[in-house]
Amino acid sequence: MSKQAILRARNLTRYYAVNRGAFKPNATVKALNGASFDVFPGETLAIVGESGCGKSTLARVLTMIESPTSGTLEIEGNEIALVGGKPPDELRRHVQIVFQNPYGSLNPRKTVATMLEEPLKLNTALDIAQRRAAAEEMIAKVGLRPEHADRYPHMFSGGQRQRIAIARALMLNPKILILDEPVSALDLSIRAQILNLLGDLQDEFGLAYIFISHDLSVVRRIADDIMVMYFGKPVEVGPADRIFEKSRHPYTKALFSATPVADPRRRRQRIRLVGEPPSPLSPPPGCAFAPRCPNAQADCSNTEPPLEFRGPVEVACFHPLD
Amino acid sequence: MSLLSIRNLSVRFKTAHGLFTAVENVSLDVEHGEVLAIVGESGSGKSVAMLAVMGLLPWTAEITADELVFDGVDLNSLQPKARRELNGGSMSMIFQEPMTSLNPCFTVGAQIDEMIRFHTDEDKQQRKQHALELLEQVGIPDPQKRYHDYPHQMSGGMSQRVMIAMAIACSPRLLIADEPSTALDVTIQAQILELLLDLQATHDMGLILITHDMGVVAETAHRVVVQYAGQQVEMQPVLELFEHPRHPYTAALLSALPERARRDQRLPTIPGVVPGQFDRPQGCLFNPRCRFADDRCRTTPPLAAAADRALTLCHYPLSYSPEPGA
Repeated sequence: MSKQAILRARNLTRYYAVNRGAFKPNATVKALNGASFDVFPGETLAIVGESGCGKSTLARVLTMIESPTSGTLEIEGNEIALVGGKPPDELRRHVQIVFQNPYGSLNPRKTVATMLEEPLKLNTALDIAQRRAAAEEMIAKVGLRPEHADRYPHMFSGGQRQRIAIARALMLNPKILILDEPVSALDLSIRAQILNLLGDLQDEFGLAYIFISHDLSVVRRIADDIMVMYFGKPVEVGPADRIFEKSRHPYTKALFSATPVADPRRRRQRIRLVGEPPSPLSPPPGCAFAPRCPNAQADCSNTEPPLEFRGPVEVACFHPLD
Repeated sequence: MSLLSIRNLSVRFKTAHGLFTAVENVSLDVEHGEVLAIVGESGSGKSVAMLAVMGLLPWTAEITADELVFDGVDLNSLQPKARRELNGGSMSMIFQEPMTSLNPCFTVGAQIDEMIRFHTDEDKQQRKQHALELLEQVGIPDPQKRYHDYPHQMSGGMSQRVMIAMAIACSPRLLIADEPSTALDVTIQAQILELLLDLQATHDMGLILITHDMGVVAETAHRVVVQYAGQQVEMQPVLELFEHPRHPYTAALLSALPERARRDQRLPTIPGVVPGQFDRPQGCLFNPRCRFADDRCRTTPPLAAAADRALTLCHYPLSYSPEPGA
């Protein structure tokens, strides 16, 4: 392939030590347990999974808010000395994040313009007038009006706040934008507006998106590639069309069939998953999904299945579906 | 006779800035064994209307209704004692956030027990037995042990199951579920919805499902009410609603769903936002966002064209030619 990946992650892990009280040894929670993937400019990688699967930990590692326990991360071919060390600021600038809840992620005491100018103040040598001009330009780009610049977050609706959060993330011209459930806190009629905006911005700036979501209808709409995660690990990675058409991992299939579809004629038999994801303090032996898997066989609980190419899609399963 | 019948229910809140109309002229009937979904965006008054039915609104709320009758009982003039016997007995509600709806200071067993103690005259042993059966019924593994757990020891899905166990403890005839699965993961959401529908079918309960998720509506409801800014804008059986929405708002909402749009095209959007307390437009509340609005819409509020069990609040409801796709 001639495409050059803008971000390459190899075997990223992030473990946390959990204190269980004075008389027990600390436990290790493997929140992220080996994720490898590439992200290309102008494309969208969707990360899908349920709560506790490591999606948000991955987002924190990719934005360099936290350093991984092991593994490597390359941005534009520059390897980041992540483990232990502090990543260089120029590289940090390339990755920005938009959080789920626009009610919590904006500082209520700052005006929109102040919030947008802040990253410029910290990272560039622009003077006041230039910063203000840049902020106003970005306000227009995300579909807000110029008079909004001097208002406070409480004066905006949820959709508008999410536009502000997106504008703030774009101020430093990042190459990669991490979107952590950017539309799930928004109403239906507003959701479509934000999705369109994200599409337009991607075309305009050639941004690479890492789109974290559990809403499969949204993922289907915007993703080029999908990574399905379960219990800290990718279980299926590949082109979105292929995975939506025919998912090979039983978890992916169950997840897709559990998602309600807005078509009353298609009420169908769901694959019933029994139980809940395992506790991170006592991971099951072998495949983490085996205790809930309808196709689990004896060997599934012995060893962990590696992520392997099965056709165009990588699947971590000993008995992938046909 | 309908299980629950509501005529012209309005709820106004006294605020520092005057009266705020949260629910305006809502009328609906729920039959025995029916699943009725109420959909709407945030602020559409869907929860407030049902809280009014349950009598759970604070004193700042001013509730008016021409008729508010549950199973022959007039809810408007109900005395507090009778109300307490009704709630949790023959009429029950499940709330959106299971983690915050349970009392953190008591075990889940004690909380289920309280329900049964108040509404029945079972003795201590029968109650315990009953509670364990309920936990079993809602699919909680190892009920004997879980009975003694506190809410913080349970996951979101488990807490929601406990909430459901409490709600169905006294075999209610009407269950109101306010976004029962919104806070949960999809695989757990599927389990909870399936459980609710199962219980609804076996007990022949009326189920009112409040949600904003069109997918959930499509997969569960028999009949659907669409609310917008406190008004009921459309009511139709589920198939008709999804295939032939008659109100422009419903039609716009459905076409804004990512799964209904073509991937190579922009998503159709609804411009603007839901009106709040101070920017309620004249005439039809949807007119500033409606593609079809004309002068009549901007001046005269539409009257509900109340056909029997369907309804559209619009001067110009969308019509469909007999041949679809035309």
